[in-house]
Amino acid sequence: MMPELGKYAVSVLSAYGATAIIFGVLVVYVLRRSAVAKAALAAQETSKDG
Amino acid sequence: MSLWEYANPVKFLRLSSKVLPWAWGLGVACLFIGLVWGFFFTPDDYRMGSTVKIIYLHVPSALMAINAWFMMLVASLIWLIRRHHVSALAAKAAAPVGVAMTLIALVTGAIWGQPMWGTWWVWDPRLTSFLILFLFYLGYLALWAGIGNPDTAADLTSILCIVGSVFAVLSRYAVNFWSQGLHQGASLSLDKEENVADVFYQPLLFSIAGFVLLFFALVLLGTRSEIQFRRARALSLRGNAQ
Repeated sequence: MMPELGKYAVSVLSAYGATAIIFGVLVVYVLRRSAVAKAALAAQETSKDG
Repeated sequence: MSLWEYANPVKFLRLSSKVLPWAWGLGVACLFIGLVWGFFFTPDDYRMGSTVKIIYLHVPSALMAINAWFMMLVASLIWLIRRHHVSALAAKAAAPVGVAMTLIALVTGAIWGQPMWGTWWVWDPRLTSFLILFLFYLGYLALWAGIGNPDTAADLTSILCIVGSVFAVLSRYAVNFWSQGLHQGASLSLDKEENVADVFYQPLLFSIAGFVLLFFALVLLGTRSEIQFRRARALSLRGNAQ
């Protein structure tokens, strides 16, 4: 299934690997920030209602 | 119904909650199709060999790095002219995504350049303008982080965004009007003669669509978070004042 990448295999695979890492970090950062924002707002709304 | 209605944070949150799952789903699907098609089912290029497979990452990320800055520019101008908070927060939310896109473009470009040009980096006009754009992104984020008053931060970052647009334009058009340098011409152009071959072009379009939709999804989610942070801060200040 894996295509024959020849002498450039390391370059091609490292480009895909580096992109996966950078994109992964970005997605985790955005999702985590979203969870923190939701929790902060929920906490303020609870304390306002309480 | 006017587009400006969505400058209302409540309406924006309501609409974005409906749009987000579609943007995520379509984005992941397009990116998956583009990368699998490009990586597994396209031939090697007669000059570049298998390194041609890097274009499915490098071209879309470079395109988004520049267009993210233009999106921030439009949002910043809306903030400066009409003072809609959602637009300033959307610009702020787009910056980390733009940083990641610029970094992917720089890293994949360097990885491609090493076997093709024999060097990881040259002070070529396109590469240099891209590096400066990356530094502008970092400066933009640092400015938001360094100023306590959100409205002042939005004003100053908007001005920085206008200044940085010079380098976004340079990055976009440097391959067209700067003949010196190692970087080749644009892979995508309105002139079909200049495009990459069809066999690479079709999966590349899917990959670009995936990057665009995921950018859209990440910026929507980031903007929602910024609105929620702003609302939590306002409630906290109101609570302290009482």
